[in-house]
Amino acid sequence: MQNLGIDVLFKGSNMMRLLGGLWVSLRISLIAVFFSVILGVPLGILMSRNSRIIRAITRLYLEIVRIMPQMVLLFIVFFGTTRVFGWNLDAEVASVIVFSFWGCAEMSDLVRGALISIPKHQYESAKALGMNSFAVFFFIILPQTIRRLLPLSINLVTRMIKTTSLVMMIGVVEVLKVGQQIIEANRTSSPNAAFGVYGTVFLLYFIGCWPISMLSKYLEKKWKND
Amino acid sequence: MSKKEEIIRVDHITKRYDENAVLDDFSLSVHEGEVVVIVGPSGCGKSTILRIMNGLEPIQKGEVTYRGEKVDGKLGSITRIREKVGMVFQSYELFPHKTILQNVMLAPLLVQKRDRKEVKEEALQLLARVGLSEKKNAYPRQLSGGQKQRVAIVRALAMHPEVLLFDEVTAALDPEMVREVLDVLLSLAKEGKTMVIVTHEMSFAKAVADRVIFLDGGHLEEEGTASEFFDHPKTERAKQFLHTFTYDKVEREEER
Amino acid sequence: MNWEVIGSYLPLFWKAMWLTLQIGWIGIAFATLIGILVAIVRFYKVPVASQIAGVYIELFRNTPLLVQLFFLYFALPKLGIPMRADFTGAMGLALLGGAYMAETFRSGLESVAKIQTESAASLGMNKSQTVWHIIFPQAFARSVPSFVANVIFLLKETSVFSAISLMDLMFTAKDLIGLYYKTTECLVLLVFFYALILIPVSVLGDRLERRVRHAEFGD
Repeated sequence: MQNLGIDVLFKGSNMMRLLGGLWVSLRISLIAVFFSVILGVPLGILMSRNSRIIRAITRLYLEIVRIMPQMVLLFIVFFGTTRVFGWNLDAEVASVIVFSFWGCAEMSDLVRGALISIPKHQYESAKALGMNSFAVFFFIILPQTIRRLLPLSINLVTRMIKTTSLVMMIGVVEVLKVGQQIIEANRTSSPNAAFGVYGTVFLLYFIGCWPISMLSKYLEKKWKND
Repeated sequence: MSKKEEIIRVDHITKRYDENAVLDDFSLSVHEGEVVVIVGPSGCGKSTILRIMNGLEPIQKGEVTYRGEKVDGKLGSITRIREKVGMVFQSYELFPHKTILQNVMLAPLLVQKRDRKEVKEEALQLLARVGLSEKKNAYPRQLSGGQKQRVAIVRALAMHPEVLLFDEVTAALDPEMVREVLDVLLSLAKEGKTMVIVTHEMSFAKAVADRVIFLDGGHLEEEGTASEFFDHPKTERAKQFLHTFTYDKVEREEER
Repeated sequence: MNWEVIGSYLPLFWKAMWLTLQIGWIGIAFATLIGILVAIVRFYKVPVASQIAGVYIELFRNTPLLVQLFFLYFALPKLGIPMRADFTGAMGLALLGGAYMAETFRSGLESVAKIQTESAASLGMNKSQTVWHIIFPQAFARSVPSFVANVIFLLKETSVFSAISLMDLMFTAKDLIGLYYKTTECLVLLVFFYALILIPVSVLGDRLERRVRHAEFGD
C-alpha cells in the first residue's frame, strides 16, 4: 500500500503522454460526431416523411446498429476491408467510419423522434395563420425541434467519447493504450503503477464526460416545460 | 340540525403555502346526513378544505376532529380515519394497472381485510347501481371520463365511509358527462349520505345542498341554506360571484 | 468463403457464446438488483445513502466499461484484492448496468403521480400497502421499455470482455484471425453469433413491452 503508483504519472512526460492519448480518443469522437450530425440530420428528416421504402431501408439500418456491438462493427471494418478490398485501412480511419455509421443511426433516430413529437396542430395553426411550408418549418417547427433534440444530441457526444475507448482493441494508441505502455515501461521501478494509471484514466474519462452529461440534463430540464 | 351527531369538524384552521394564507382561521362542522356544498371563485381554498379533512395537507394552526377525536399527524390515526372518510378526486385517480372490479375491491380487502366473496358481491352491486356492470373487467383507460368518475365514487362507497368528500368531481368532464356523475351524487344525497361537495355546478349545488358555504380569499364569506344563498345572497361578494354564472342578452349595436 | 472452415470453427464460437451469455446474464441480474435498490434509495431520498448512490451513478454512467474493467482487473489487485477475469466481467457489467438501471427505475417511480399515492391514502391504505400495490406495479410497467433497452445495451457491452482475456466471441474471432487469417469466416461467425444472442432478446423485449402495456394499462 505504500506506493499506489501515482508517482509514475509525474515521471518524465508520462502525464503529457496520457493526455495525448486522451486527445486521440477525443479527436476520433469529435470527427465522428461531426459526420453523425451532417449525415444523421438529413436522414432523420427523410425518415420523418411517410415513405414506405425509406422506412423499410432505414429500419434495417437502425436494427443492425441496435443489435450489433460497436466492437463487432469495428472488427468488420478494420479486418474485413483488408480482406475483401485489399485496403490496408488505418485503425483510426476505421474507427471514424464505424462511429460515424453508428452515430448517424442514433442521430437520425433522435431527429425523427423530435420531428414527429411536434403535434400536428402546430403545423396546422401555423398554416392557418397564412405561413408557407418554408416559413412553417423554419420559424415554428425547427426551434421546437432543436429544443427537444439538443439535450439528447449532447448526450450522444458523451456516449461517443465513452465508446471510443474501444479503439484500443484494434490497435489505436489512445489513452488506455498509453496507460498500458507506461505501466509496462515502469514495471520494475513502480510495480503498482496499474492502480495510479488506470485510476487516472478512469477519472480523465469522468472529467471529460460528466460536465457534458450535466449540461444535457440541465437543458432537458430547462426546456421541458416550455 | 344540531341534534344529529357531528361527524367531522375543522376548527380555526390556517393553511399557508410559503407566505400565502390559503385558509385563514376557517371553521366548519359537518353533521350526520348533511350535504354541505362549498362554492367560491378559483383558488379560494375550497379543495384545500377537503384535503385537510382527509389529512392529505398539513396545517399550521387549528385542528381537525373526527367524531370528537382529534386527528393528529400520527400515521396510524390518520389511516384509521381515512378509512371512514371517502374522497373522490377531480382527476378520478383510478389505479391504471387494475381492472374496474379490482379497483373497487382493493381497499376493502387490503385495508378492512373483509371476506373476498362478500366484497365482490357488494362491488358488483355498486357497479350495477351506477350502470357499469359490463365494464367490471375493463381497465380504466377503456372508460370515458364520466364512467371513470362513477367507478371512483363506487370505489369510495365500497369502504362504507361515514362521510364522502367530492373535490370538483365534474370539473374535468365533457359537458355531456356531467349529468351522469351528478345523478349518482343526487341519489346518494337522497339516501341520506353525509357529504361535503366542492363544485362549480351552481344549479346542482342548489338542488343538492342542505347548507352552502361561500368561500372567498381563504375565509368564510357567507353561509346559509341553498335557497337563502342562491336566491337572496347577503354579501356583495356572493352577489358578484353568482352573477358570473349568468349572462345578459347581447344587444347588437345596429338594432338599437 | 470456406464452409469447412466455418464448420470447424463453429464449436469454438459456440463455446465462446456460452461464456458471453453466462457472464452477461449474471451481470445483468445483479445490475437489475443494484438498480432497484439504488433507485429506491434515490427516490425516497434516504439520507447519506442517496448521496453515495448519486456519486456511484454519475461515476459509472460517465466512464466506459473498458476502463472500468481495466481498473477492476488490473488496479484492484494492487490493493491486495485478487480478481478473477470472469468475476471481474460480471462485476463490471453489474456495476455499469446498475447505474443505468437505477436511473430507469427511478424515473419509473417518478412517473407515478403523487395524487395516486393520495388516492390510495384516502382509501385508508398505509404506506407499505400503497408502495406494493399502487406505486411499484405502475413504476415497473413504465420502466419496461427502458429496461429492455438497457439489457440490449449491456449484452452488447460484453464485447469488451476480451480485453481482460476472457475467451468470449471477440477473443475467439481475433485469435483465429491472427492465427490462420480466415478473416471472412471469422467475421461471419462473429456477426452470426451476436445476432443469435441479441435478436431473440430484442424480439422478446418488444413482446414484453407490448404485453406489460396491455396488462398494466389495458390498451
